[in-house]
Amino acid sequence: MLVDQTAEFDVRDYLRKEMMPHFLCPGCGHGIALRALLWAIHDLGIDKDKLAVVSGIGCAGRLSAYIDANTFHVTHGRPLAFATGLALARPDLQVVVISGDGDCLAIGGNHLIHACRRNLNLTCLMLNNEVYGMTGGQVSPTTPETLLTTTTPRGNTEPHFDACALAAAAGAGFVGREVTRHVPKLKELIREGLSHPGFAFIEVLSDCTEILGRKNDLGSSPEMMLRQKSELRPTAYRDTVDMPFRPNHLPTGILARNDRPEYGTSYRRAAAAAREAKP
Amino acid sequence: MNAIDPALAGRPAATLMSGNQACALGAIAGGCRFFAGYPITPSSEIAERLARSLPEVGGVFVQMEDEIASMAAVIGASMGGVKSMTATSGPGFSLKQENLGYAAGAEIPCVIVNVMRGGPSTGMPTRPAQADIMQSRWGSHGDYPIIVLTPWSVREIFDETIRAFDLAERFRTPVVLLYDQVVAQLSETVVLDVVRDTALVERKWASGPPADYKPYAAGADGIPPMVRPGAGYRTHTTGLTHSENGFPTQNPEAVTRNLSRLFSKLDLNREAIDAWHTLGCDDAEVVIVAIGITARAASRAVELCRAQGVRAGLFRPKTLWPFPEDALRAATANARAVLVPELNAGQLSREVQRILGGAKVDGLFRFNGEPLLPSEIAARAAALVKGA
Ligand SMILES: Cc1ncc(C[n+]2csc(CCOP(=O)(O)OP(=O)(O)O)c2C)c(N)n1
Ligand code: SF4
Ligand SMILES: [Mg+2]
Repeated sequence: MLVDQTAEFDVRDYLRKEMMPHFLCPGCGHGIALRALLWAIHDLGIDKDKLAVVSGIGCAGRLSAYIDANTFHVTHGRPLAFATGLALARPDLQVVVISGDGDCLAIGGNHLIHACRRNLNLTCLMLNNEVYGMTGGQVSPTTPETLLTTTTPRGNTEPHFDACALAAAAGAGFVGREVTRHVPKLKELIREGLSHPGFAFIEVLSDCTEILGRKNDLGSSPEMMLRQKSELRPTAYRDTVDMPFRPNHLPTGILARNDRPEYGTSYRRAAAAAREAKP
Repeated sequence: MNAIDPALAGRPAATLMSGNQACALGAIAGGCRFFAGYPITPSSEIAERLARSLPEVGGVFVQMEDEIASMAAVIGASMGGVKSMTATSGPGFSLKQENLGYAAGAEIPCVIVNVMRGGPSTGMPTRPAQADIMQSRWGSHGDYPIIVLTPWSVREIFDETIRAFDLAERFRTPVVLLYDQVVAQLSETVVLDVVRDTALVERKWASGPPADYKPYAAGADGIPPMVRPGAGYRTHTTGLTHSENGFPTQNPEAVTRNLSRLFSKLDLNREAIDAWHTLGCDDAEVVIVAIGITARAASRAVELCRAQGVRAGLFRPKTLWPFPEDALRAATANARAVLVPELNAGQLSREVQRILGGAKVDGLFRFNGEPLLPSEIAARAAALVKGA
């Protein structure tokens, strides 16, 4: 079903209203990310019948149920692997994966690097709230050093991942990062990712207000979002405007893009040649 | 009569092939058009064969990063509406259990081949064993139904692979094809029929207005129709407990309703699922219950017994799970003793004891990578009768 794309974006056109109210905590960044995704889908005029959303387990993973599309809420860490099968079997679908930082980088880390390497036409949205939100606030592979979580009661001492650097190094066709603070920019980034013919990895810096925020006295939801902004200046500002602020260690925007062959297309081309060659 | 697959047409009438090759050909004949796997002895020939053949019939083969991912990809492809399969051995079968449970709970058709090797852990990769009988039934967490088929010959692997796809599609369930390294890798001359008298089973697709469709609402047969992504239904699938509408619920009544249907859906259809093979059970004083290569040795043991005046019979479940209990009871009704030889420390015998009671059931177990010999089985069977 195609929503009139010339009409102004109304998030309600893309939500399963019978599923409301949603279960996210007040101020949670994941809802903002969901809105940006649906906005990008609207902008591109993607048919909801042809949209498949595969999500893992976690607060991030629960988002698929709210989207009025073909939605699959699978096992923890495995949405990229499910989506790989779905996208290879059904190249006519636009397949989007929604995953969390724990889902995508810890239990699902192996699937992520191979999805990047394969470069199949999928868009992966990793909602990074720097914690295991769903299970009550344990340390994740992206929890910054020194932050308190329920399993780092004296502050985190483990180094954390730069997921975008990882995805780019593993060969993803498109890599980008944005904050929930900048919804139009996030929407634009997701739009670019969805349009990219290949594997697009998009890290969304989201906030777990109720658990990580409270535990570390990071302030209200707006305060947490302002903190995103002060820490994440466009690269061009770095070292000048940001001098009084902490250094920008996580750059935003499009961070890598290449035109490596899309895996499904290559496979189908080789298969067609094999069929042709058969007497 | 329907040609089951053009890919098989023009094959020589009789061909020498291994069990694993027969499995790959059976998969294509059975309509499989997606395979995801991860290499492991003694199953790899299935993947290797399908890597070559699937693209030729418009299908897709993909080697994933591990067995967890292969199982996930197979379910993903099946959710896309394509008949899908994976193949593995013990260590990989363990890894597949997580998502196998998802397929059971979300009711996604798929076929999983497990060519058994000895265990625990890496065990004996190239030696025969039958030690995953219980894992194939109970390997994933929680309660769930599953179908497991266990062929004993190259030809039967071909037929049972086709039946596995038919059952998976018809009953919306994972189906495990469970066989041992000997039948997987021995070569036999088989004649593959290119015609059979029934068409392949196709998935029951929903029709009617999307607004009225409930993904887990079923009729009397307990099997809800499915939808293809893109057909306008836009449903939700989840591994969380769900109600008829497919969305998560923890409402006790809704959970009871859906899980009761799930748990009973195979029992409602046993006449279409149960399959077994008997040899000389009618007058048998001792019935041997066995599967796979051990059943082949046992069939010879039946002859050896009868040659020395001991009336032995063989009962071989072809559908291992759900176990054909009534057929076993009937086949052993007049026997004084039941012998269960198997290549493990006692798994099938445990089920046979559960069904028949412990008194007359004895086991003969081997787990050192060597098969049981007909003479060994015959000697034990004869001793049971004489001692009984
Ligand atoms: C195999 C498995 N292990 C552990 C869990 C428990 N679990 C559920 S969600 C989750 C972490 C989710 O964290 P993240 O992916 O960052 O998502 P968030 O909730 O923060 O959005 C874990 C460990 C599970 N469901 N399955
Ligand atoms: S626990 Fe954290 S991540 Fe989960 S909904 Fe609440 S605020 Fe969001
Ligand atoms: Mg998280």
